[in-house]
Amino acid sequence: MITLSINGVQRSIDLPPDTPLLWALRDGLGLTGTKYGCGIALCGACTVHVDGQATLACVTPISELAGKNIQTIEAMAEDATGQKVQAAWLSLGVPQCGYCQPGQVMAATALLKHNAQPADADIDKAMSRNICRCGTYTRIRAAIKQAAGELENAP
Amino acid sequence: MKALVENSGADSDSFSIINVSRRRFLKSLALGGFVLAGGFPPVALAEDEPKKYGADAMPHGWVDNPLVFVAIAEDGSVSIVCHRSEMGQGIRTSLPLVVADELEANWLHVKVVQAPGDEVRFGNQDTDGSRSMRHFFMPMRRVGAAARLMLETAAAAQWRVPLTEVRAELHHVLHPASGKRLSYGELAKAAAKLPVPDRESLKLKQPEDFRYIGKGEQLSVDGRDIVSGRAQYGIDTRLPDMLHAVVARPPVMGGKVLHYDAAEALKVPDVIKVVEIKSSPLPADFNPLGGVAVIAKHTWAAIQGRKALKIDWDNGPHAAYDSAAYRTEMEAAARQPGKVVRNQGDVDAALNSAAQRLAAEYYAPHLAQAPMEPPAAAVRIVNGHCEVWACTQAPQLTRERVAKWLDLPEDKVTVNVTLLGGGFGRKSKPDYVIEAALLSQAMHGQAVKVTWTREDDLRHAYFHTVSLERLEAGLDSRGNPLAWLHRTVAPSIGATFAPDSKHQIPPELGMGVVNVPFAIANLRVENPAAEAHTRIGWFRSVSNIPRAFAIQSFVAELASAAGRDHKDYLLDLIGPARRIDPREISDSWNQGESPEIYPVDTGRLRRVIEAATDAAGWGRDVPKGHGLGLAAHYSFVTYVAVVAEVAVDEEGKLGIPRVDIAVDCGPQVNPERIRSQLEGACIMGVSLASLGEIGFKDGAVLQDNFHAYQLTRIDDAPREIRVHLLPGSDYDKPLGGIGEPGLPPIAPALCNAIFAATGRRIRQLPIKDQLRKD
Repeated sequence: MITLSINGVQRSIDLPPDTPLLWALRDGLGLTGTKYGCGIALCGACTVHVDGQATLACVTPISELAGKNIQTIEAMAEDATGQKVQAAWLSLGVPQCGYCQPGQVMAATALLKHNAQPADADIDKAMSRNICRCGTYTRIRAAIKQAAGELENAP
Repeated sequence: MKALVENSGADSDSFSIINVSRRRFLKSLALGGFVLAGGFPPVALAEDEPKKYGADAMPHGWVDNPLVFVAIAEDGSVSIVCHRSEMGQGIRTSLPLVVADELEANWLHVKVVQAPGDEVRFGNQDTDGSRSMRHFFMPMRRVGAAARLMLETAAAAQWRVPLTEVRAELHHVLHPASGKRLSYGELAKAAAKLPVPDRESLKLKQPEDFRYIGKGEQLSVDGRDIVSGRAQYGIDTRLPDMLHAVVARPPVMGGKVLHYDAAEALKVPDVIKVVEIKSSPLPADFNPLGGVAVIAKHTWAAIQGRKALKIDWDNGPHAAYDSAAYRTEMEAAARQPGKVVRNQGDVDAALNSAAQRLAAEYYAPHLAQAPMEPPAAAVRIVNGHCEVWACTQAPQLTRERVAKWLDLPEDKVTVNVTLLGGGFGRKSKPDYVIEAALLSQAMHGQAVKVTWTREDDLRHAYFHTVSLERLEAGLDSRGNPLAWLHRTVAPSIGATFAPDSKHQIPPELGMGVVNVPFAIANLRVENPAAEAHTRIGWFRSVSNIPRAFAIQSFVAELASAAGRDHKDYLLDLIGPARRIDPREISDSWNQGESPEIYPVDTGRLRRVIEAATDAAGWGRDVPKGHGLGLAAHYSFVTYVAVVAEVAVDEEGKLGIPRVDIAVDCGPQVNPERIRSQLEGACIMGVSLASLGEIGFKDGAVLQDNFHAYQLTRIDDAPREIRVHLLPGSDYDKPLGGIGEPGLPPIAPALCNAIFAATGRRIRQLPIKDQLRKD
């Protein structure tokens, strides 16, 4: 039994220690917002935050996460930066099928927490781990800039 | 871009998967009592009825009964059923918007309910072919108008005034003479008791009165669930006591298990059972591939268990399939005469008398759809009733096939349609759902979810065909074509269903090869034979991809040989504005649409070319290393032209600063989602042009994940995509498709731009490192 801090709550997980966080979240805890896309750190669909860093849950065993603060897409509505990102995503109509978008939102939120005014090159670097097969990249870029603008204007 | 309006969203209860039942679904429809037996009588079909087109020609046609699609609760909330699958095109928003508009419903009080697979009840549900809006715009308008008339009739009866004195307005019925008003919630019960009005008595709105249609101001009903991680896809299904399975499948089409050893797999913690799924004889059809399934308490254990399986395969008759060798075979076939599929004039004589002959061959490889959500399905069988939750584009087909495989009557199978994390044609095939059904059966009905890993998805797709298009033209002394000879070689989708099918079927020929609308006197199209060695299936825009690539590249090559501007040359080839009967150019299929209503309209093709080139500043000076490229293509009865600007740097790295796309799809119902579909098609087109390739060796797929099958990422995507919609507010005109037609012109526009920038002509996809300078 491993205990993890997920979205501010201590959760006990009865899974083998080599289980990737992705499957612990999805199958163990029913937190299905974190998506499977490739299983080997190539697509970003499983992006979560571990101690504030964008982390790929599909290659992170739960045995490495004791004592760390894990945040998933399900917690972003309560996160000041996450809220701005979600609002920008909605107002610009970013999602198509939407499957990759939790991972995109998590990657964009982590980017903005570390760099409040990212340049295009910063966006390229931070977001190029995340694949969108529907092709929403131009709107993702615009939404990150819109969220950055709103964070700057926030009181 | 202006902010979008959000409504009360999806009926999230209908997506609470645990403990959901069919009763729950029916109850949600029954809210206001808007569920009565009967409705419109079926349309009688006379023996001598002429050939059917459009929605009439699809299995189970269309339904426009308001009792099927609309429920109004006493609190005034309106539930509207969407019977088409949502895979990113926005149909769960756009079709209900049409109903809501004619119903005069307040969008803020509309909830969308997803229909299960039941085409007798809902009409055709095959979500492919860019057909949803084209086929259901008018039926959904009638649904809304009929429900509105029932509410108005109920109000008039209650007030004892003539029907002509009342009118519906934004969720209320008004009686202006007396100032009385009743809300839809107050009227729902009485309205539901009324007979459904005749179609002839319906008064559809005038377009100037539309509230939502044509506006594009509404947020996707699933948007908030998507960005907060609540949206439920097939892979997210969770049922009580559900088990998780992955399957080891034969690596080669037609292969099967010789023998297997599950001892090590069963030692993996949390693995419960190993089950063989029998392979079916070819043709592949929609059958599961067979193999060995590992069933476990969670997905990770199933994946680990599968790694521990020892399986010997009989690879069957296609074990020698090799993409490099097959390309040589296709080239040889294209250099010999083949089955003639269109012929006008005397091509041989014209070629022999031409001042100049040019020929070129264009190769495009297999592709995998690779939706970000791989195929997945969950099934349980309770008291002889099979319940399915699946990300499927074809819920009725899935229902029929699951019933057949389980030997159950169809009414004992319920297919619940989840959101699809992308489809692109892959999820039209129910093989993965049948796997889940067979495994639930093997577990005595316990719920089992089958998850395809990315490796499974890439190795066992229904692949986009591989193709070799050979074009030859005879030019006069000024470079104008006198003769056009096109040989198209590609294994056919037909072979997936009939193994001796070596020639392309009418829908493949009608995807831009026989129906090329060029004003050339001598024109012949041939289709040499090609055998399929893997499952060929449809991929977003299907055979239009290689045809647009070849034809639109070749026209640019001809223009260059003639020393003329590509745009002028292309417009001259298309010739004057005219409406061509597709049957006269050997297209018996015409996208399933009426040749009278949907002729090939060269005037519309010319207009999108003019619009795209005007918007892009065709002919403008560009920086060194930059180039502009043009391509136009007609598919899914929509006209699209693209101008791409590329930048090729000193090392040969390709950048795409800007793409201009002009579209004429007829009336536009949800312009905002049309734009997003065109942007997405552009990026998918860039992806397949620059990176996409599935190859085979020893019968098996070489690429197994995104390092080998690469997709375009944000850093290599076009920096700017400008979509130019030609005026589309004449709602009497026929609608075109939108999901697919944006894709075909992208690859040739890019390749033509690369030629303009570098002088390098790309004749094989993907571009990959062909531009790299060592």
